[in-house]
Amino acid sequence: MSKLNELFNKELHVVNFGIESFYHDLKGQKVPSVHVDWKPVAGGNKEAAANLRKLKRPDIYEKIQEANKEALRRILAAQPTLIGLGIAGEVIPGMTKDTILHAGPPITWERMCGPVRGAVMGGLIYEGRAKNLEEAEKLAASGQIKFDPCHMHNAVGPMAGVVTYSMPVWILENKTFGNRAYCTLNEGLGKVLRFGACDDEVFTRLHWMRDVLYPVLREAMKIKGEIDIKTMIAQVLQMGDEAHNRNKAGTSLLFRELTPAVLQTDFSNQQKIDALNFINNNDHTFLNVSMPACKCTMDPIFDIPYCSVVATMNRNGTDFGIRIAGLGKDMWFAAQAEYVAGLYFPGFSEEDAARDLGDSCITETTGIGGFCMAAAPAIVQFVGGQVSDALNYSKTMYEITVGEGQAYKIPSLDFRGSPTGIDMLKVIETGIRPIINTGIAHKDYGVGQVGAGLVYPPDDCFLQALNAFAEKWAK
Amino acid sequence: MIKLEVRKNAYYDSVTLMLISKDLKKLDGVEEALVGMGTELNREIAHNIGLATPEFEEVGANDFFVAVRCEADNTFDAVMAKVEELLNKKAESKEAEYFPPTLEGAVKADKDLNMAVISVPGKFAADVAQSCLDNDINVMLFSDNVTIEEERALKECAFERGLLVMGPDCGTAIINNVPLAFANVVKKGNIGVVAASGTGTQEVTSIIDQLGGGVSQVIGTGGRDLKKEIGGIMMKYGLDALINDPKTEVIVLISKPPAKEIATEILNIAAGANKPVVVSFIGGSREEVESFGLIAAVSLEDAAHKAVAIANGKEPQDFVKFEMGEDKANELAKSEAGKMAPTQKYVRGFYTGGTLCDEAMKLMIAKLEHIYSNIPLNACDKLENARNGASKQHTFLDFGDDEFTVGRPHPMIDPSLRAERVVTDSLDPTCAIIMVDCVIGYGSHEDPAADLADAIVEAKANAEREGRYLCVVASVCGTEGDPQCLSTTQKKLRDAGAVVMPSNAQATRFVERVLAYAK
Repeated sequence: MSKLNELFNKELHVVNFGIESFYHDLKGQKVPSVHVDWKPVAGGNKEAAANLRKLKRPDIYEKIQEANKEALRRILAAQPTLIGLGIAGEVIPGMTKDTILHAGPPITWERMCGPVRGAVMGGLIYEGRAKNLEEAEKLAASGQIKFDPCHMHNAVGPMAGVVTYSMPVWILENKTFGNRAYCTLNEGLGKVLRFGACDDEVFTRLHWMRDVLYPVLREAMKIKGEIDIKTMIAQVLQMGDEAHNRNKAGTSLLFRELTPAVLQTDFSNQQKIDALNFINNNDHTFLNVSMPACKCTMDPIFDIPYCSVVATMNRNGTDFGIRIAGLGKDMWFAAQAEYVAGLYFPGFSEEDAARDLGDSCITETTGIGGFCMAAAPAIVQFVGGQVSDALNYSKTMYEITVGEGQAYKIPSLDFRGSPTGIDMLKVIETGIRPIINTGIAHKDYGVGQVGAGLVYPPDDCFLQALNAFAEKWAK
Repeated sequence: MIKLEVRKNAYYDSVTLMLISKDLKKLDGVEEALVGMGTELNREIAHNIGLATPEFEEVGANDFFVAVRCEADNTFDAVMAKVEELLNKKAESKEAEYFPPTLEGAVKADKDLNMAVISVPGKFAADVAQSCLDNDINVMLFSDNVTIEEERALKECAFERGLLVMGPDCGTAIINNVPLAFANVVKKGNIGVVAASGTGTQEVTSIIDQLGGGVSQVIGTGGRDLKKEIGGIMMKYGLDALINDPKTEVIVLISKPPAKEIATEILNIAAGANKPVVVSFIGGSREEVESFGLIAAVSLEDAAHKAVAIANGKEPQDFVKFEMGEDKANELAKSEAGKMAPTQKYVRGFYTGGTLCDEAMKLMIAKLEHIYSNIPLNACDKLENARNGASKQHTFLDFGDDEFTVGRPHPMIDPSLRAERVVTDSLDPTCAIIMVDCVIGYGSHEDPAADLADAIVEAKANAEREGRYLCVVASVCGTEGDPQCLSTTQKKLRDAGAVVMPSNAQATRFVERVLAYAK
């Protein structure tokens, strides 16, 4: 008797690749079957397919899978915790008065997009290094200012992501590994620095945030001690947020945690009321906490040998950059950022859009944001989609991730853990790119946000990374 | 004017796109249309049909394009609207269901997967098949253009692991009474079939069903399995499993005549089966089979008759008759021949099933001497440029051969080229008889008789207008249980004026009679 004879006595369970009607024929006969929405490996890219084959050699692939499991273990073990606030120059490592941090992979002043330039000039004026835009532009181009990605300084910044020396920042700590992450306070929507706006309205607000809001929050956090952000993110996913583009629940929960402590501070009632109102009126307050929470979650996976998990995805409005855990912090794989497909605010259209921008896709990198779209179906309206699209966006992400979240779960998927740990190899193999929910900045500085929608990293980031990865680990 | 629209990095599967191209050509004002991915093949087709404008150079393999030659701008708008409609139709139906994009995802959805049906483009098929084998999943490889080296590697690997690789390029199997890809709804029974032929297997199993018999397992090994390079790995493995299968009491073995040493090996195994084995080496030597103590079949139909006879405990006898009776068949043949003009001398066989085409030629070659074909019995009778050129004297065409399927689905899925040819040859004053098959069942076109019937009516009218009578002889391969239904399909062809015979072999015998009377 052969194994084939055993098959004769089993119920047939069929997987179908290719012609879809064969699957419908089987379904029609009530045969258990699954249709695979098959695409050529790496979209038919022969070089990539060859690199993949090398890396899939059993001895190598086993090491990769072990490494990726270790990365997943570290991601799931992370305990991002809000521990306080500080001034960027005093707490962010490597920060100097001449340093300006920005979102995305490394970039020179010459190649920066409109909103990032606007934010840089605004930052210089805010710091009193320039009196006006003209002076600021000259200084920015002079070579005297050191531009560096937030990500190289344990920081993240939404949109332009500009951080200057005297800006107040949230401080998050991953209690399991002891590493920290930093992010500025969210300014709200409209004309704000992170979208490149740089007029008096912006500076007035920034100064108010530094002089009025920050001291209140800093004191409140001293009273409060610390806030477990992991649990809070887990809760917001059950409340219709995905912690990237929708932060209504997160901001509400944070507000609840902070308010009693704010009331206990010694500031004037008016100052406390103004501070609380500011948070209450800005749904995105929580974004600047969820981002560094994700950042300090992901940083401990760097330098695991053979690890093909994506440790960073970010963009600067010119390039989209990724970093791979097993290739280290200094290797960026960047390609031209795409335009966001989405819904525009009235009066704006695609012609007004900047390319994809900001560090906020650290959330997707960690398995929330777009990856948890099924938890926040309201978001798909941005692209005219239906609720089932939101579910399918999330389901699809399981195809390119190493594992599933333990704390972050998606109610509409029967509380399935969020798709966690993007495996670059799976991205290439399936041709499925990570889905990102994001805002859209105006291409010119000074205008602000013009819409929101969905975007993907360019394929080329992953193809470059694959080359380097094969070079390093498939010898 | 030629209009081109390109979408970068948008992937759609080729069958969907080919069907869309077909629908577009029906739109008013569209002269030529091609919708596809910018693969080398599609680029070449675009050049060939004159749709490649200079902008076309920019279209890459991962890009989706629509190229149309039309009269006016607004025609192209209509074309694009139609493309959207057809693409989105699919998306909507998909919405309810989630299709995983990888095998890994499929295994997560169903841990008990044990059979894969693979019909992806040939150059990717071996990789997909190998990944299935690696997951302990048997493979039915429908794709063509898999190299013989790949086939051998897959089959060796499968055999080592106790798995099946059926195919490539042989789209038929019924495992545990589940029809896979091109297969008919055949009753459950005690006849096991192992076959290196696609439509040959469908013909045998369908007739088994029509005769009241049934099948235990039908294993399609792929047309090249008995070639020296493969050595019959899957035929031997399948045969062995049928021998050990208690539900199989009679075995039918179907193949074109294999290489001598492989034939000997297979027949030796069959001889030791302790079960009756009916062998149909289509056009092969009867004596060779019988020298092993096995039962030789003289046609596919005969194989079915013999298997059913044995399964019912009767003595097998050669079946070479007409079901309608000898007299009636003669009378009908005489009457058909009597209406023909003196110029009408030749038979044209236009087939969607390759084995059926091959069988018909083999059954007739002794009387006709030369049959020109794209799959000729003798190399000297090779018909070059079969797709676009004219027929020559007695001509038989397999529309499933590579020349006809480049850039198109298999003719059993899209039989329109064959239908066109029926009409074309009706204009040839030397054409006396057109012979056609019509294969129904799962996988086939949802109503292959419809187009064919229209073509037959038109062809007959063409001949009549020019003072001739065109005889059309058809046979339907399928069962009453098939979604298209055997009797319904037969009726459509009969109503169109065709003489419908119960099998390909009987159709062949009938054509011989008509030719004899026409002389």
